[in-house]
Amino acid sequence: MKIGVLSVQGAVSEHLKMLRLCGIEALPVREQNSLSKVKGLIIPGGESTTIGKLIEEAGLARTIKERTRNGSLAVFGTCAGMVLMAGEVSDGLENQPRLELMNIKVKRNAFGRQRESFETNLEFNAFKKPLPGVFIRSPIIEEAGEEVDILASLPEGAVAARQGSMLTTAFHPELTDDLRVHQYFIAICKEL
Amino acid sequence: MKEQGTFRVKKGMAQMQKGGVIMDVTTVEQAKIAEDAGAVAVMALERVPADIRAAGGVARMADPVMIKQIMEAVTIPVMAKVRIGHIAEAQVMEELGVDYIDESEVLTPADEQYHINKHLFKVPFVCGARDLGEALRRISEGAAMIRTKGEPGTGNVVEAVRHMRKVMDQIRQVVGKADDELVVMAKEMGVSVEMLEEVRKEGRLPVVNFAAGGVASPADAALMMQLGSDGIFVGSGIFKADNPQKVAEAIVKATMHYNDPKLLTEVSKGLGQAMPGLEMATLTDSDRMQERGI
Repeated sequence: MKIGVLSVQGAVSEHLKMLRLCGIEALPVREQNSLSKVKGLIIPGGESTTIGKLIEEAGLARTIKERTRNGSLAVFGTCAGMVLMAGEVSDGLENQPRLELMNIKVKRNAFGRQRESFETNLEFNAFKKPLPGVFIRSPIIEEAGEEVDILASLPEGAVAARQGSMLTTAFHPELTDDLRVHQYFIAICKEL
Repeated sequence: MKEQGTFRVKKGMAQMQKGGVIMDVTTVEQAKIAEDAGAVAVMALERVPADIRAAGGVARMADPVMIKQIMEAVTIPVMAKVRIGHIAEAQVMEELGVDYIDESEVLTPADEQYHINKHLFKVPFVCGARDLGEALRRISEGAAMIRTKGEPGTGNVVEAVRHMRKVMDQIRQVVGKADDELVVMAKEMGVSVEMLEEVRKEGRLPVVNFAAGGVASPADAALMMQLGSDGIFVGSGIFKADNPQKVAEAIVKATMHYNDPKLLTEVSKGLGQAMPGLEMATLTDSDRMQERGI
């Protein structure tokens, strides 16, 4: 089983490294051919406006939407990836191209600017021990539909969620050496 | 408990910018053009380096009012420049809430001996470097991101190429060094042995490394990415061109598809007049901004 990391802009190599540490064959995805080879796709942190625009123009957005709809692709989005996966963004740019894969409403830069970026330990539903959370100009989930499971929350709101084979976190597990969230996503991919 | 301003959070911010283009802007209108074109951040300043060069005199931090307006106009991160060693200008920028501070040789240095102690700030810093030693000295002072110095405001990529090649070459040398050799190298570079050990282990700089100083075309951006840059700063190259919007979009695409000559050819077509640019030999020693703060 191969898992891809959307290799347009952002923390690509960090996710590739985590997948490889989990023993997975990981490949960067920047065109249709590599996308067709993977069962799971990670959308890394970066700038959602940049990534959204570039995947739209490269025709990748359409394929990702089709494959998630027919159940042949699992997706895990971190930070900017969450913004791109959200069905609704409360303070987004008009016309910002997105994937709209999950029934969640997200607020961008919910904790403030870079000065307010932080680290904290948080409880993650699927794990016994707390997870190190690195939040960088991070979004937050303001609302979620009934079909969405909230996996982690801070006092300000939800920061991790799952809907079927879609997984998203507002924080960056790829900036830590804790492999559990990636392992959790790999398990989702194997279920497909 | 939330811990703000950790080195991981500062360095992580730069990691999120990888593969992207950061554009110099002087007005709200330009910042919006940059955002629409797909820039990952903007650098807010009063004049682009080419104009600073032409104007002469002392170049200082920009007016906080202008920076604030740009911060309010775009959703992408906003960076701003302060003079080398000017602690108070950096405090102003942190207070304003800019997302990244560039302690930059483009402005007139305030201190000829010391750089800012960047560990004392919650906002991350980017600094320029011409070689590995300079890069590691800046990182040990707390810089969370490095860029080549190049020669700003010239539209001539030759110095950025020189600096990127130098850093990459020195990293390859470090990777092949034995422990005792590393000690001597650390002494020669004025950096700690631990820092060189980290470079040897990872085979790269401990932080993200962008290209800057003279990148003016999509092909320049692709060249710097092929030489190993993590991303691109474009200063005067965009808004000194005839068609800024088109050039901005083309540089963003060229940075993503840097290994795709077909696409690079497409985006290079019909961009109009680029910035005129300067030949290095026409610069006197005092014109060379890269010699500042080493």
